Amino acid sequence: MASVEHTDSQGLSGEGGVRRRDFINIAAVSFAGVGAVAVVIPLVDQMNPSADVLALASTEVDLSAIQPGQAIKTTFRSQPLFVRHLTEKEIAEADKVDAGGLRDPQTLEERTVDGKKQWLVTMGVCTHLGCVPLGAGEGENKGEFGGYFCPCHGSHYDTAARIRKGPAPKNLEVPKFSFTSDTAILVG
Amino acid sequence: MSFPWAEHYTPKHPAMQWIDEKLPLPRLVYNAIGAGYPVPRNLNYFWNFGVLAGLALVIQIVTGVIMAMHYGANTLVAFGTVEQTMRDVNAGWLMRYAHANGASFFFIVVYLHIFRGLFYGSYKAPREMVWLLGLVIFLLMMATAFMGYVLPWGQMSYWGAKVITGLFGAIPVVGEPIQTWLLGGFAPGNASLNRFFSLHFLLPFVIAGVIILHIWALHIPGSSNPTGVEVKGPQDTVPFHPYYTAKDGFGVGVFLILFSILLFFAPNYLGHPDNYIEANPLSTPAHIVPEWYFWPFYAILRAFTVDFFFIPAKLLGVLAMFASILLLFFLPWLDTSPVRSGNYRPTFKKFWWILIADVLVLGYCGGAPAEEPYVMISQIASAYYFAHFLIILPLISRFERPLPLPGSITESVLNRHNIKGEQDALPGMGADPQPSNAG
Repeated sequence: MASVEHTDSQGLSGEGGVRRRDFINIAAVSFAGVGAVAVVIPLVDQMNPSADVLALASTEVDLSAIQPGQAIKTTFRSQPLFVRHLTEKEIAEADKVDAGGLRDPQTLEERTVDGKKQWLVTMGVCTHLGCVPLGAGEGENKGEFGGYFCPCHGSHYDTAARIRKGPAPKNLEVPKFSFTSDTAILVG
Repeated sequence: MSFPWAEHYTPKHPAMQWIDEKLPLPRLVYNAIGAGYPVPRNLNYFWNFGVLAGLALVIQIVTGVIMAMHYGANTLVAFGTVEQTMRDVNAGWLMRYAHANGASFFFIVVYLHIFRGLFYGSYKAPREMVWLLGLVIFLLMMATAFMGYVLPWGQMSYWGAKVITGLFGAIPVVGEPIQTWLLGGFAPGNASLNRFFSLHFLLPFVIAGVIILHIWALHIPGSSNPTGVEVKGPQDTVPFHPYYTAKDGFGVGVFLILFSILLFFAPNYLGHPDNYIEANPLSTPAHIVPEWYFWPFYAILRAFTVDFFFIPAKLLGVLAMFASILLLFFLPWLDTSPVRSGNYRPTFKKFWWILIADVLVLGYCGGAPAEEPYVMISQIASAYYFAHFLIILPLISRFERPLPLPGSITESVLNRHNIKGEQDALPGMGADPQPSNAG
């Protein structure tokens, strides 16, 4: 204790009893803190997607062979993509539903391109915990609403791939896509 | 710590004396698990499972390091290198099955260890820190087991990785960035497999470190015992070595016999056949379930099927699943009864058995498909699980009338064997209705 008073008496104390040495302490610890954070950031960030993962190409899909009522499974950004050619009946069923009353309200129009209402393009990733719903392949269980059924935790999607029953919170995601010709789309 | 009557370490051989003067490591071992550590004389076979869990960790580390010598952590070769280990590596099939079934046995003994603690009040003062560190070990074990299961890159590996990292995706705002960070991409891929391999190697050594703290924290108050009455004098204890090293040795023998039976005659009984199909990112198996030791928690996760106010069902399930374990961290303060052992708590005992049944029901539902009636059963069972710890246990602690406790550990041993008349001869044996230093 005596030595502390001794340094004070040497004229190091500033206004309000704050010594210059207190500032040095705070500055040194703060600087060490900044240094520690600067080291931790790259240690954490190395786990984020690397450049090769981020360099995601778009996917082109040829629609010419897909008959009404059929669907295909392809990949987009290493995840499944569903492309479905809806029948008149399926479109009618999707339009019949009052979109406002759904868990994730959206009409079939909002989920498809103008004038090409029969082409439903969605990610094949259940919005619950990410499984691939059944219903794209022939003979697979389409669930209670004639669209998709996720076997992991029992989510049911309707003919517009909107969530109708089960734990999933959202409709199957519609990725950004555009028609390059009447029978081809570019996703991404 | 040790009781004052603990035997002292006196090295006899000059070489041991030389070591003891420079680095008293033999002394540390002697005082920790040797004759220098006095232990209650009335421990039953439920006190074997700590040692068995330690043995299971050693089996996992040894077989795991060997497996890593033959494994390629790349999605192109991972599945193939595991098959290569099974077919080509000398005794590779043995190492692989021992590691896979070793995980199951690790969880079996740890669950028995946990329920031992729950029944005998081993989590109560002054052993709260032992309990808390044990829960940290449990969480680390689950993280390690999950990442290990991903490595063979089978169907269950892939979809398990997707679903479990998806749990983090349920967190509002930061969830999806966290999931992407964990996976190193937008779906499980090479980056995910690589880092899981690295972390699966690292975590067992973290577990070993926490186990040292767990044992250290236990050795300060000393072991609990089936009466819950604290040690009162030298007559209540026996030295750990040779009495409990021998008894634990017997338990180790039984453990290894059961382990060998499963390993050699039914190595795939506890596994899932779909993990013998290579990972396919375009197709989810019709019935995906985690390994059996995660089933109770998986049932709680799936029990939440409807949104509640503004919280989506998905987030509720995730919160409930994590809460079911985090809740246990508060157990020493939820159970306020000064009586430790369930043997002297008639009401507590009944509800403890109901809890066991409840966890078994949850486990069964977690392994069943997500359809009725399993969804409704797991909803009721989940509700009961939380009610047990948050409502029933605090109420029992308040209103229960415990049975009279034995005056001491020795008295309970003598009573059990109907040995009368010796009690007066032993010191420190007054009739004491409550443990004097409990709570």
